[in-house]
Amino acid sequence: MNPNSEIYNLRVNGKTHEIRDSWVGESLLYVLRERLNLPGTKGACEQGECGSCTVIMDGEAVCSCLVMAATAIDSEIKTVENVSAGDSLTEVQDAFVTEGGVQCGFCTPGLVVAIEHLLSQNSDPSEIEIKEAISGNICRCTGYGRIFEAVDKAVSVRKAKTL
Amino acid sequence: MSSAVDTSTRRDILGASAIRPDGSAKVQGRFEFSSDLHAENMLWGATLRSPHPYARIISIDLSSAYKISGVEAIITADDVPGKKTYGLISSDQPVFAKDFVRYVGEPIAAVAADHPETCRRALAAIKVDYEVMSPLTDAELAIQSTTPPIHPDGNVIRRQQILTGDQNLQGEIIVEGTYEIGMQDQAFLGLEAALAMPDSGGKGIEMFVATQWLHEDQKQIAACLDLPNEKVRLTLGGVGGAFGAREDISLQVHCALLALRTSRPIKMQYSREESFYGHVHRHPAKISMRHHATREGEILRIEARLVFDGGAYASTSSAVLINGVTHIQGPYRCANATVDGYAVRTNNPPCGAMRGFGVVQACYAHESQMDKLAIACGLSPVEVRLRNAMVTGDKLITGQVVESVAPVARCIRETDAIPLPAPLAENAHPLEIVGGSGLTSLPHNIVRGVGWGVSIKNLMYSETFDDFATARCQLKDGVATLKYATVEVGQGFVVLAPQIARSVLGVDEVVLDTVDTGIGSAGSTSASRQTWMSGGAVDGACRLVRQRLFEHVGKKYNIDPLRLVIEDTDVVDMIGDFRISVIEASSGVLIDETFEHHHRPTEELDENGQGNCHVAFAFVAHRAVVDVDVELGLVKVIQIATAQDVGRVLNPIAALGQIEGGIAQGLGLAVMEEIVLEKGKMRNPSFTDYLLPTALDAPTVVAVMIEEPEPQAPLGAKGIGEPPCISVTPAIAAAIRNATGKDLPRVPIRPQDICF
Repeated sequence: MNPNSEIYNLRVNGKTHEIRDSWVGESLLYVLRERLNLPGTKGACEQGECGSCTVIMDGEAVCSCLVMAATAIDSEIKTVENVSAGDSLTEVQDAFVTEGGVQCGFCTPGLVVAIEHLLSQNSDPSEIEIKEAISGNICRCTGYGRIFEAVDKAVSVRKAKTL
Repeated sequence: MSSAVDTSTRRDILGASAIRPDGSAKVQGRFEFSSDLHAENMLWGATLRSPHPYARIISIDLSSAYKISGVEAIITADDVPGKKTYGLISSDQPVFAKDFVRYVGEPIAAVAADHPETCRRALAAIKVDYEVMSPLTDAELAIQSTTPPIHPDGNVIRRQQILTGDQNLQGEIIVEGTYEIGMQDQAFLGLEAALAMPDSGGKGIEMFVATQWLHEDQKQIAACLDLPNEKVRLTLGGVGGAFGAREDISLQVHCALLALRTSRPIKMQYSREESFYGHVHRHPAKISMRHHATREGEILRIEARLVFDGGAYASTSSAVLINGVTHIQGPYRCANATVDGYAVRTNNPPCGAMRGFGVVQACYAHESQMDKLAIACGLSPVEVRLRNAMVTGDKLITGQVVESVAPVARCIRETDAIPLPAPLAENAHPLEIVGGSGLTSLPHNIVRGVGWGVSIKNLMYSETFDDFATARCQLKDGVATLKYATVEVGQGFVVLAPQIARSVLGVDEVVLDTVDTGIGSAGSTSASRQTWMSGGAVDGACRLVRQRLFEHVGKKYNIDPLRLVIEDTDVVDMIGDFRISVIEASSGVLIDETFEHHHRPTEELDENGQGNCHVAFAFVAHRAVVDVDVELGLVKVIQIATAQDVGRVLNPIAALGQIEGGIAQGLGLAVMEEIVLEKGKMRNPSFTDYLLPTALDAPTVVAVMIEEPEPQAPLGAKGIGEPPCISVTPAIAAAIRNATGKDLPRVPIRPQDICF
């Protein structure tokens, strides 16, 4: 649409994507969803309050709605589409399904990314560490009870696998 | 505790914690929400909204907006070919405002353009001249006949009295109060979104939309487009929560009109701010109550006056009002009542359905009163409630007899039996202490409080409305295919429907067909009704299929079909040796049946509020434990204990998820969630300023599910969606009163209400 558009590259899920014909004001969330066909990352508040759009950027969990895509050119970005391959689910994803952590599912991709990130840094988090880690991810359906249950299960399954 | 999962059930039949079939896609980000839809050659749509709560529109100038490159169409009220208004009960809401705007955020025009940013620029370039008028924002003023009406037919949407028994009876004990409930937002996460695809030739349209009720949308959209219903084909786009906010039309008609105008697919998607303007909210209400009782605490008579502020347009306000007035007695016996209720229109944002639907407001008032009654009679909160708890067969203040299973006393006793949480540990982590990471609370300022709430909630639609549900079942080669228009908003019908088919038919594989208007209505996903209604329809269709399967097997193997039953995955002769798998029995045949489930008829209320207006009722008790920093006014909800009358548990994990989720929303209304209005304008239409419960706000929930199967319900199960969020709010308020000694007549309770 815009004559001010720039061409730039983004590194997403291990691949380099050329972004053409875009408006430079587009958020990373918009570019992932609307230009790179990666709609797994969700938008729900545009203010970094709800965590639905959580992605991993250079090893940190960030709200992609607050990142200007054109400023992310030197970063390595990972989205929910990168969490598991094909039909296989990670322990976290599987536990979300079996423990009732999913209802409407709109917050789920952001939560999965946030929890995978937490467990990658702390394989055995305490209850309060889990709550703090996901306190930036709002879920309106579950009241969080089944989500806590899912994290506990994922942790114990991973522990059992590493024994 | 009910969180135990029944792992002994081998197959995912009724009673098992069956796995959601959409779960894998949702955890991988592959599930297609309506906001994820795209089409070739698609344009974006956006809406221009009023900045004023009340104004006359003098002129609309589109010329500058049309000059912006990329703008393909701009439409206003003059471009609506059919009916100019819509609405769920009365059709009073304009598709686009023409002469007047009546609330901040009312749609005036819509734009189609090549990029969301182009849309934003075009909206900014539309010039609207207004004559700003003084808004009517006080619901009490709206009732007065001297107040100029903001609609030609007046401001009062409905008044309903309930007058029964002795109107002058006075009790030895009288307690009274006036209670206020703030405006709550449903705050579903998946923002309003739709994709509209015009038929070539412009004589029809296909829409993918996140809604609660496809057929009601279809009817309202078709009327506005001046198309026959069958030319407006709706398919459910993935829904990211609803909680009542998707019962009304939001962007549907605008999106369809733009698609027909441009002959191109249109995608519309609200921002969070626009979502606050674009859907209805929970009615703010003011309720005055007086209870007359004996010295022993037996309720003799209630007096109540309820005023619901419906905002600028009617939406479902008249039905919300009826729920408010008919539930104002709570789950307690009461022979004499003097009740007067109003739902009015003002220049505040429109209000309509939200989980609990009028009963949330009534419950806050009657439960606050029960605690006052307990104190006046020297009883505990538990004892006063037990003494008045209604039972099956009791007559309500409407004259309706409670035919539903009514285990009110059991709900209270089983909640009371749940152990209280341990006292706050001396070495508690800062995040477990009220005040949280701010480290603001000093231990000696923290006081623990306990409070109670108990509620009654009607299930399904009331007052003569036949909200039936339709389902179709096909069986072939051991595979059942289910078709229905039942909207999945997250509640879990998508997992329940296959459970029903497996239980009735003995199949393992169940295919769910697309949810669209290609079959009869399923009614709305609201009023705690889909397990009962659509569950009943799926059950009915599967039973018809099973009967035909037995006839087929009987004929083929020369056995009386009446002797055949389903056992696990086999068709079995119950008095002989014959046994054949369902897969084999259904091999090579196609059995196809459709069933409509209707609930029993209901009546309208008469002028004295008498009539069998509701279908059935469910009950629940909540006990809240809170820590309050009495100096700073901060609250942390520690534990919610609850026992809920569920009829029968069909999926333990899904049921628990409804209970915990409802509790979080009731907690929000109790202590944090409110749309703050100033002269009709929202001050906080964002998630930065409208606070929602986070993982750190979530209390420990200990839930007991009381299973006394409901004879009226097709599966024995009552609706469970709404009750969890109803009495938890007054329970938390009571716990804060218990900790502070303050009156606290209004929710949400803010820090300043506690510490000043």
